[in-house]
Amino acid sequence: MSSILQKFKPKEGSFWETFKYKDLLYQLVSRDIKLKYRRSFLGYVWSVLNPLLIMMIMAVVFSFLFQRNLALFPIYLLAGRTMFEFVNNSVGKALGAITDNATLLKKTYVPKYMFPLSKVTSTMVDFVFSLGALVIVMVVFSFTQGKVLFSFWNLGIIIPIIQAYIFALGLGFFLAQLHVFFRDIRYIYNAFVTMWLYCSAIFYDIGMFYEKADRQIAEGSLPYAKYLAFVVENLNPLYIYIKQFRYFVWVPGIDNVPYWAAVNQWDFILGTIYALVMFAIGTYFFKRSQDKFILYI
Amino acid sequence: MENSNSQPLDAGFEYIIDVEDVTVRFNKSTEKINDLKEYFVKLVKHQLMFQEFLALQNVSLHIKKGEAWAIIGTNGSGKSTLLKVISKILKPYKGSVTVRGTVASLIELGAGIDPKLTARENIYLNGCILGYDKKFIDSKFDEIVEFSELEDFLDSPVQNFSSGMKSRLGFSVATIVQPDILIVDEVLSVGDVLFRKKCMNKMNEMLSMGTTLLFVSHNMQQVRAMCNKAIWLNHGKVLKIGDAEGICDEYETNIEAIKAEERKKRAQAEKALNDQAESIRKKREQMNAANKQ
Repeated sequence: MSSILQKFKPKEGSFWETFKYKDLLYQLVSRDIKLKYRRSFLGYVWSVLNPLLIMMIMAVVFSFLFQRNLALFPIYLLAGRTMFEFVNNSVGKALGAITDNATLLKKTYVPKYMFPLSKVTSTMVDFVFSLGALVIVMVVFSFTQGKVLFSFWNLGIIIPIIQAYIFALGLGFFLAQLHVFFRDIRYIYNAFVTMWLYCSAIFYDIGMFYEKADRQIAEGSLPYAKYLAFVVENLNPLYIYIKQFRYFVWVPGIDNVPYWAAVNQWDFILGTIYALVMFAIGTYFFKRSQDKFILYI
Repeated sequence: MENSNSQPLDAGFEYIIDVEDVTVRFNKSTEKINDLKEYFVKLVKHQLMFQEFLALQNVSLHIKKGEAWAIIGTNGSGKSTLLKVISKILKPYKGSVTVRGTVASLIELGAGIDPKLTARENIYLNGCILGYDKKFIDSKFDEIVEFSELEDFLDSPVQNFSSGMKSRLGFSVATIVQPDILIVDEVLSVGDVLFRKKCMNKMNEMLSMGTTLLFVSHNMQQVRAMCNKAIWLNHGKVLKIGDAEGICDEYETNIEAIKAEERKKRAQAEKALNDQAESIRKKREQMNAANKQ
């Protein structure tokens, strides 16, 4: 293996050059994680506690608001939110990764990919910690429901996690290079995230759209809710990852699986295509403009 | 330390560094356009002009293995830019740079030091930024600590360190390998005399082992002591290139001439000022005399 790695000579400025710097990636990621909780009293516990607290508030608020009586709603909610936060946080941090490391990039040669890459990776590590919150909620509901909610199916979450990781890398590279030239990208992105949140079916479910469409058809009006559902289910990669994630942690625990929660191979293929295309776009633009970074940071 | 595109050191090549007709271009535009609105406003007004500034113009430099080169010139002459081009931080706008061998550049000590991390963590982080792997740093860790003389502060955050301590840390990490090429940019002006001496010794030791040196300094004494070749840059162009002795002499007389010129100008300005003050004083005396009468 090591001999293969030694023979592996990536071109300078290509993404694959980062493999030569895997120890640096480890150092950057461990720095981010160490510094995040240094000098905090509870340390890593916050990674679990934070999503747990937010989930509790949201579960109470949205059970009142929607009254959907979705089975195991807290698990549904937490699964969606954890996934959303992973993509959103990693892209948000990757966005500023080049400009934040300006002094370093001006003084030494390091593959510039390293910085967005390390931010997305450290957020993923944090995300894995935060899965502890999901485990706690599932344990609690295993007791209240009187049945074990854990199964081998749960391990399937690795599929949407990998897809989301690649997607976040691509989007992170793309926005990081754009941010070097236009600092307003951050504000545009922040507004975009709010829209994205409402389009990702975190605290509602896509079944609401179909029911509304049925009513619209019965009334004889335009069933636009159906088109909305189509947009969310097919054009929002993040929803595809959330849907798959829920399929492996939420769906195995419920008795009557709603038709909109079932995942088929189409979701898997579409999600993978989105991830790879985003990655290709991100690295293409990053590679094209990386030599100009130093003139603008 | 391994650079992916640098070719292996090969006896077949006469030169270890080839800088071929390199031009580096910067945008000198007075205001940076950092947001979209400005960009479109300027685009509509046709003000998206690129005010070019050439930091280096058609510079060629060929360095043989084992030579010690000094890069001299006044501030803003392009010395640091040349070093950055050679260490791949900057891409040349025109021309090409070929480096055959591993490079250790001490352009700014501790550029990769994170003040919130401890010295121990920083040794690993900084080492990895320079391209070493973890195993290598593990094996050299004690040596680094010993050279930097920071044994007692290993686990305290670097933000509490003095600037001398920081550069000691940076220098110790950066010079732990035996690179083919060592690039030094006025970094030795920090730290106490003893440590500076230690650094000089380390560099001399490297030189005697066959490392090629590129050295930027304003101190001609240092240059004479360390280097056998020199390149003199002025406003991004090569003014003189050749043996260190001769160029140092010429540079010094030139600098002396410039300084003498400046002194002359200053003396003239002072004289004018004094004359003015004198005339004012005279006027006031006259007025006083008139008042008395």
